[in-house]
Amino acid sequence: MTQMPDIAPALPEIFLALAGMALLMLGVFKGDRSTRLVAYLTVLSFVVAGFLLVSTVETPSRTFGGMFVADDFAVFMKILSLLGSALAVIMSLEFIEREQMARFEFPVLFLFATLGMMLMISAGSLLSLYLGLELQSLSLYVVAAFRRDTVRSSEAGLKYFVLGALSSGMLLYGASLIYGFTGTIDFVRLAETFAEGGQVGIGLIIGIVFIAAGLAFKVSAVPFHMWTPDVYEGAPTPVTAFFAVAPKVAAIALFLRVMVGPFGDLVLQWQQIVVVISILSMLLGAYAAINQTNIKRLMAYSSIGHMGYALIGLAAGTERGVSGVLIYMAIYLAMNVGTFACILSMRVNRRMVEGINDLAGLSKTNPLMALSLAVFMFSMAGIPPLAGFFGKLSVFLAAIDAQLYTLAIIGVLTSVVGAFYYIRIVKLMYFDDPVESFDRPIGRDMTLVLTGTGLFTAFFFLFPAPIMDAATRAAQSLLAG
Amino acid sequence: MVIQGLAFYLFALITVAAGVMVITARNPVHSVLYLILAFFNSAALFLLMGAEFVAFILIIVYVGAVAVLFLFVVMMLDIDFARLREGVVRYLPIGALVGLVLLVELLVVLGAWTIAPGGETRIASPQPSLESGLTNTEALGNLIYTDYVYAFQIAGLILLVAMIGAIVLTLRTRTVRRQRIADQVNRRPEEVLVIRKVEPGEGI
Repeated sequence: MTQMPDIAPALPEIFLALAGMALLMLGVFKGDRSTRLVAYLTVLSFVVAGFLLVSTVETPSRTFGGMFVADDFAVFMKILSLLGSALAVIMSLEFIEREQMARFEFPVLFLFATLGMMLMISAGSLLSLYLGLELQSLSLYVVAAFRRDTVRSSEAGLKYFVLGALSSGMLLYGASLIYGFTGTIDFVRLAETFAEGGQVGIGLIIGIVFIAAGLAFKVSAVPFHMWTPDVYEGAPTPVTAFFAVAPKVAAIALFLRVMVGPFGDLVLQWQQIVVVISILSMLLGAYAAINQTNIKRLMAYSSIGHMGYALIGLAAGTERGVSGVLIYMAIYLAMNVGTFACILSMRVNRRMVEGINDLAGLSKTNPLMALSLAVFMFSMAGIPPLAGFFGKLSVFLAAIDAQLYTLAIIGVLTSVVGAFYYIRIVKLMYFDDPVESFDRPIGRDMTLVLTGTGLFTAFFFLFPAPIMDAATRAAQSLLAG
Repeated sequence: MVIQGLAFYLFALITVAAGVMVITARNPVHSVLYLILAFFNSAALFLLMGAEFVAFILIIVYVGAVAVLFLFVVMMLDIDFARLREGVVRYLPIGALVGLVLLVELLVVLGAWTIAPGGETRIASPQPSLESGLTNTEALGNLIYTDYVYAFQIAGLILLVAMIGAIVLTLRTRTVRRQRIADQVNRRPEEVLVIRKVEPGEGI
């Protein structure tokens, strides 16, 4: 008889899955009036899952026949995605009630997407990688099209679905090639096979390229970025806030795990791919954002650029590089959540506005919001001593360590270009005359999120040690495994 | 052995013939029916190979679900198949050329096909030996519910999300005003009627 698999390492995921189903039942029986309750319970389940993750999961452990891996790296990334999702749910509550899209499925879908992210982060074989990715993407397609009566939201959902299906297809094709050429889908056995050395067949390289392409789509790196601006603009704003944070963290984690784990010994084969993707993303993120007038589109291009910077750390492929990416993603999460809290508060006469010019003169009408948005913008541009500077610093240092000087130089140059459009927003807020003032108050939840992320971004330099240490430990566990 | 051989040629012949009819039949409904015939005969071919599970799945999934769905689509959509077929003769030469190129490519690829030396030692998936007497339904069941229980459960969750998504994006709860006979019967004239005395030439 086969032994019962050890479920202890997957306890947070199992809890989250059961909580999702229970909340679904609650919503079905109580109707759409229970949306607020379901949303609060969703946030509570994220908190409980995070608690289980920290307290009960022993690292490193593998279970379910090696399909599920729990190590320090997984714990770090899972906490980031849980945090991102929980903040996104909190920020979305008021919006969905105001815009008559308060249906109880909304937080439940966020929960299942988060579950998919956690499974992705813990993937131990190509099969569990694909299943986790699909669970996450499918939930995201639905929430993108959640306002089914508006053309733009449906368009965003459909576009995301069609292109996402294409990228899943590419990923599967790559996985099948790798399985065909090595005879295994298990990450550990793949790593053993490659560690033996020997000639790397052309078929195998094509397989890796396809997998990298599929993953690059999920992190929206150039040249697989086309969906990002349209989906960000079309999807309801809290959904965009969610898209910009948690799925990116999970996809980057998956990218790191796949490239550094099973394909770690083939670094010469994939390094050039990641370098090219990274350079192109940084360039496009810097130049294409300059002409944008819609702030959600601007954030889309900004996130493409940020993914380029994060991929610098992956291209280095060293422990320092991996920990750089982790630090970068933690800081990216705080900056983006804060910025989207500001965007969600941009309302004039009870209507959402999305134009960059609507921000003009914000410092006179709402000084606190203007100040925090200015902090986020300076931080994204990478101005010391704000948090964003340390994120960039850690990946650039890793690149220089790995002697990828071109990459580091292009990174620095594009962040100068990027600084132009970030600081333009600050200029608009502080030096232009106000057009129309935003509705006030912006809501208690939003103020809390804004203050929290703002303080983190502004004063990260005083207490960098906890995150830095955790990232280093996580990177060590990934490279050891 | 002879009977097996005869059965193979019978089913194979019918499959190919049905396949040809699928693309040549004038009536699209007939095409779908021929498709179902082809599925049944392929299932019989799988049975001959000893893959009874695949045979059943082929009938349950393809005939039971996919082909019936096709039939629905063909019957519900008003597609003018005669117009779609226009110009077949005109495009025949180029189609034949593309087919020929594909055939040559396949021959070249398959002709140079070798299996990597030592490749079979790396196969990771367990295969039940023929002596164990397991049917392949049992063997698959053993794997799905033990080694691959994780993948199986996640697949279940994905289907759940697909279901939620379909409901969220399409279900509309219409508020239809139902006829309540008791309410109608219980209505009293004094609740709904007001009688006013209207003076001539003044209006209300």
